[in-house]
Amino acid sequence: MRREGSPWTGLWAVVMKELADHLSSVRMQLLEGLIFLTALGATYGAVRQLKASVAEDPYLYLKLFTTAQDPLPSFVAFLGFFLPLAAIALGFDSINGEHNRHTLSRVLSQPIYRDALLLGKFLAAMFTLGVSLLALWLLVTGMGLLVLGVVPGVEEVARGLLFLLTAWAYAGIWLALAIALSVIFRQTATSALAAIAVWLFFAIFWDMVVQVISAAAVPAYSGSPSETLAHIRLSLFLSRLSPNTLFAEIVLALLNPAVRSLGPIFITQLEGAVLGTPLPVGQSLLLAWPQFTGLVAGLLLLFAGSYVLFQRQEVRA
Amino acid sequence: MTTVIETQDLTKHYGPVVAVEGLNLTLSRGEVFGLLGPNGSGKTTTILMLLGLTDPTRGSVRVLGHDPSRNPLQVKRRVGYLPDSVGFYDELTAQENLRYTARLNGFPRAETEGRIAEVLTRVGLSKVLDRRTGAFSRGMRQRLGLAEVLLKRPEIAILDEPTAGLDPEAAMEFLSLIRELRTQDITVLLSSHLLHQVQAVCDRVGLFRQGKMVLEGTFESLADRVLGGAYRIRVEVLRPDGVEPVLRGIPGVRNLVEERPGSFTLEAQADCRAEVARRVVGKGADLVNLTLERPSLDEVYTRYFQEVGRET
Ligand SMILES: Nc1ncnc2c1ncn2[C@@H]1O[C@H](COP(=O)(O)OP(=O)(O)O)[C@@H](O)[C@H]1O
Ligand SMILES: [Mg+2]
Repeated sequence: MRREGSPWTGLWAVVMKELADHLSSVRMQLLEGLIFLTALGATYGAVRQLKASVAEDPYLYLKLFTTAQDPLPSFVAFLGFFLPLAAIALGFDSINGEHNRHTLSRVLSQPIYRDALLLGKFLAAMFTLGVSLLALWLLVTGMGLLVLGVVPGVEEVARGLLFLLTAWAYAGIWLALAIALSVIFRQTATSALAAIAVWLFFAIFWDMVVQVISAAAVPAYSGSPSETLAHIRLSLFLSRLSPNTLFAEIVLALLNPAVRSLGPIFITQLEGAVLGTPLPVGQSLLLAWPQFTGLVAGLLLLFAGSYVLFQRQEVRA
Repeated sequence: MTTVIETQDLTKHYGPVVAVEGLNLTLSRGEVFGLLGPNGSGKTTTILMLLGLTDPTRGSVRVLGHDPSRNPLQVKRRVGYLPDSVGFYDELTAQENLRYTARLNGFPRAETEGRIAEVLTRVGLSKVLDRRTGAFSRGMRQRLGLAEVLLKRPEIAILDEPTAGLDPEAAMEFLSLIRELRTQDITVLLSSHLLHQVQAVCDRVGLFRQGKMVLEGTFESLADRVLGGAYRIRVEVLRPDGVEPVLRGIPGVRNLVEERPGSFTLEAQADCRAEVARRVVGKGADLVNLTLERPSLDEVYTRYFQEVGRET
């Protein structure tokens, strides 16, 4: 049946309302405070480390993101850990929260489609995450400028911005997951726990699962090189089902210009290559492109799933 | 009179559960219609289908000339809805909650504040407009819900269980607010399981049971059909010998029950107290009590299903 009227009627109203909610919510402020402090700590650690070591690195600015100093992990590692949490915190009660507050039927009886409500909530949370990320990025860049005195080149800034975009998409996939779970479960506690369970699963257990499965499917070290290759390919494929792997690989390619491959390489492919020479930013992007599209595709898939479920859901509590 | 809501053979099944079955309903502009029946009889489901919030399994709906499944925005722009157990964003004030509604409706910003102040005054919440709704009582929430309905300047107001959970005084106050809507030419469809409470505000009622609208009409006509009369007269007489046949003979009396010797209950189509008095006295008996009682809708409902039960 064809519906009449734009599905985006009222979208802007929803976005503004949700944005105001996020920016004023204690939940978000706590989380942002936490992220800022840890990011500050990580960057400070990196700065000290970099100051102590050779100052002649051509990509000193990018090193700010990736250098870790014990006991602090790098800025990138921090983001990989905390972004999912922030995204889940913003999205886990999107729809079931409206159910529980008995506001859903009231809002949907206004002249808007459900599309506008769901997308509006998604966009507002994405915007909030984007603003936080941008602030973090500026913080790191500023610290680099002030303390290390590095002035990043155009190429490096481009890499930094692409990294920012990647982190945003990575946060988006967790947000889409949290929203999908908020459509599926009626209790906000259940959807929050489910989202955190998925996050823990990928953060901690997925690597083990990958090893177990690929070892079971293709016995490693059986001798023949083709079997070894199959083994590596399988475990690579499996581990790329995790958004964390995708994020890590894109970041690796973007922030290390010297990285020329994200998978196994044959010696023949290296013919004529000068090992260790950095790639231009366009080439690094190309290298990470499949991973990046994978991340975005996962995001869209999850969002489409929650959209379909939400369209069919009964509005009454 | 123009028809504003019309349904034909409207049916909704949830899997094996029949929520609404074969509903034919017509509402004219300006009337107050009561959708009445016990919990689970299909009232809310009917309302959701009228608003396009759930799709019918079968049948057709027209609200203000539109099909709510196809063109929900047109319908929802002109129909106000107060849901059963309405909720608001607790951390926002009454005013802010209504502001969000105004934005969702796309009202011009210049008008919004004035309209909000006006409707809050009308429902008696102007003193608490900047208080968070988290601190509101059930009655206040309900009135804020009505304010939201009015904010739209709707042609139809649909109120689901508007008095449920209110104390009797708050319920009466709320009903008088509903009565005021009638003076503004707003068509009101209200649902309730508290039949006696709303019978006074409804011009016409439809009685629901297990998804079917089994009776429909004005209260008087239903009482007439089911109870045999909308007037019930209690008569107490000393020395009642021979009184019963003469009472039975009064024109318009449909039914007579002698509860105790000398204590009769008559059901009649008209107020025939004068005739009763005349005949009792004419028989030489002493008339000690004569009262008129209006039966309630609950009785109509109960009696109807007792009779249906007996027949089947
Ligand atoms: N989402 C649903 N799934 C299954 N059955 C439902 C659903 N919603 C309502 N029902 C059933 O439909 C019937 C009518 O419910 P409802 O319209 O809410 O009645 P009322 O508003 O008169 O109390 C009830 O038997 C109820 O259990
Ligand atoms: Mg109901």
